[in-house]
Amino acid sequence: MSDIILETKGLTKHYGGVHALNDANVVLRDGEHIAVMGDNGAGKSTFVRQITGVEQRTSGQIFFGGKEVNFAGPIDAREAGIETVFQTLALADELNVPDNLFLGREITRFDWLGPFRFLDYKAMHEATMAGLEKTAVKIPNVKNSIRNMSGGQRQCVAIARTATFASKLTIMDEPTAALGVQETAQVENIIRTLKAQGQPLILVSHNMRQVFDLVDRVIVFRRGRICADLDIKNEDVSGEDVVAYITGAKTQPQFEDENAA
Amino acid sequence: MTDNSDGIGGLTFDKSKRTWPNEMNIFLALVIIVVIFEILGQLLPHMRGQSFLFDTKDRFDGMFGLFNVARLQIIILQVAIIGIIALGVTQVIITAGIDLSSGPLVAATAMVAMSFGQTELVNGNPNPKALFGTWAMDLPVIVPVVIGLSFGAMIGAINGTFIAYLRIPPFIATLGMFLICRGIALWWSSGNPISFPTDSYAFIGSGMMPVVWFILLAVLFHIIMTRTLYGKHTYAIGSNEDAARMSGINVRRHKITVYMIASMLAAFAGIVLSSKASTAQAGMGEFYELFAIAMAVIGGISLTGGRGSIIGTVLGAMVLGVIRSGFTFIKLDGSYQLMAMGSIIIAAVVLDQYRQKSRT
Ligand SMILES: Nc1ncnc2c1ncn2[C@@H]1O[C@H](COP(=O)(O)OP(=O)(O)O)[C@@H](O)[C@H]1O
Ligand SMILES: [Mg+2]
Repeated sequence: MSDIILETKGLTKHYGGVHALNDANVVLRDGEHIAVMGDNGAGKSTFVRQITGVEQRTSGQIFFGGKEVNFAGPIDAREAGIETVFQTLALADELNVPDNLFLGREITRFDWLGPFRFLDYKAMHEATMAGLEKTAVKIPNVKNSIRNMSGGQRQCVAIARTATFASKLTIMDEPTAALGVQETAQVENIIRTLKAQGQPLILVSHNMRQVFDLVDRVIVFRRGRICADLDIKNEDVSGEDVVAYITGAKTQPQFEDENAA
Repeated sequence: MTDNSDGIGGLTFDKSKRTWPNEMNIFLALVIIVVIFEILGQLLPHMRGQSFLFDTKDRFDGMFGLFNVARLQIIILQVAIIGIIALGVTQVIITAGIDLSSGPLVAATAMVAMSFGQTELVNGNPNPKALFGTWAMDLPVIVPVVIGLSFGAMIGAINGTFIAYLRIPPFIATLGMFLICRGIALWWSSGNPISFPTDSYAFIGSGMMPVVWFILLAVLFHIIMTRTLYGKHTYAIGSNEDAARMSGINVRRHKITVYMIASMLAAFAGIVLSSKASTAQAGMGEFYELFAIAMAVIGGISLTGGRGSIIGTVLGAMVLGVIRSGFTFIKLDGSYQLMAMGSIIIAAVVLDQYRQKSRT
């Protein structure tokens, strides 16, 4: 089908002897929100790092927007339209909110000055406010350095990047793991906004309630392999079922033989 | 409500309560130190009521007539050359690096540059300190300046390459370069001083020219650090190098540029110093690298990177200048000056850390 935005075929990553990711086949359609679940060490972040070009895969293919892609680094992936909120936040503490949002893609003037070209603070400030407005993030002063912001606000800044720059695919690796209730709700609101805008999303999460609230489909990883692909919107799947897949009590028939090995 | 607010999402923020900039604290410290010397001048018996800051001889000439203009000039003049170095060191420290090689680089550049800035005839006789033949005599001033700055750029590029590509800690790489540059300075003319510059070379550092250069360069780099891509990326790298890399900044290339700029500023300081002294000697610039770092530190820079400013460093330079001339003013000798400067550097860092903690 042509509305497939991302597809991985046999995606595999070994760290020396550690088989962190084995033969992952995932299909994501346009506008679809999927969750990636699994125990700690199951290979979720490894999966994210392969599709975003942070690391180079051992084998397998990645198709993005219908074309096979080989991202040399995260910048390639970002330029292709994949915005990622990594588990370890890539933010510069001493810079303020617009500076962080536009880091590496600043709006500039007098470009003939090369590296000494001038920053267009006004344009970046306005775009930041517009981006944050969309996400309804509460930040008292965007011109303060983010060093003193709460974990939730910092996470929202990282996420607001995706709202500021129209992206084709958003990936979030455990965005609410370190957040309080209200902050989590804020991040979830941003995800709902993305859904309303028809932007596809991959959400890595441990939070069952959140996953059932937000996404269409759940992919479960266990020891580097996919063991379930659950259409939670249309099929009758319960939280207990998902837990059973995560812990290894159950495996979907189509993934049986691989996991038996 | 909304017009005085930068906040978003319902939280309002009172702009009038914006955090007090760090530079204001240093400025206050500067004022306090001046006031202390003023009071000491009035109180100490041997001072007989002299004023540190004001012109007590009632020569009310012009706008600054109220102040002791001569003392103000000396204060700035004696820190201007090290201040030029400090402008570069500030940028290096903001990237979480350090540059120990600047003092010896001042000497090496002084030697290299001035050997192309000598005059052929001194009072009608051949220049007794001539290093090269007549081909290198009476060259236009642009020649020694370009040679000196290129030499600095080369040293900076080597520093930057070892730090950015071979991942040598900046402390070690520039410590090695510290010795290498002192060695170059000694080797260049086998230890002999190089003297008798051309008139135009002598002009570069004459009179108040070092202050003019310091102010011009400070304004230039203040604009660069606060308004340009280069400045933003320098702060970003010092703040979180991984984030900078993930955001697409070419961290290695940027670091090399920063070290090159810092070394070119030190090289320029060497040209100005040799011009001011009308001679270049291998022992010049001793401890300059440390005083430059001290200026940045007093100016509120963080050695872990990401924080600091050109304005802060200029104020830090002023603090050192005021202390120096203050101690001379109250007639305490150099040993006390050093002890006082050392204490102030430590106090500046202690206060800054306390301030950082109380903010979070
Ligand atoms: N750089 C690495 N080198 C070696 N092993 C790694 C590396 N990164 C991850 N691993 C291992 O790969 C497995 C999967 O890790 P990860 O993808 O981070 O799991 P999670 O599902 O918790 O995000 C773990 O066993 C982890 O220890
Ligand atoms: Mg993980």
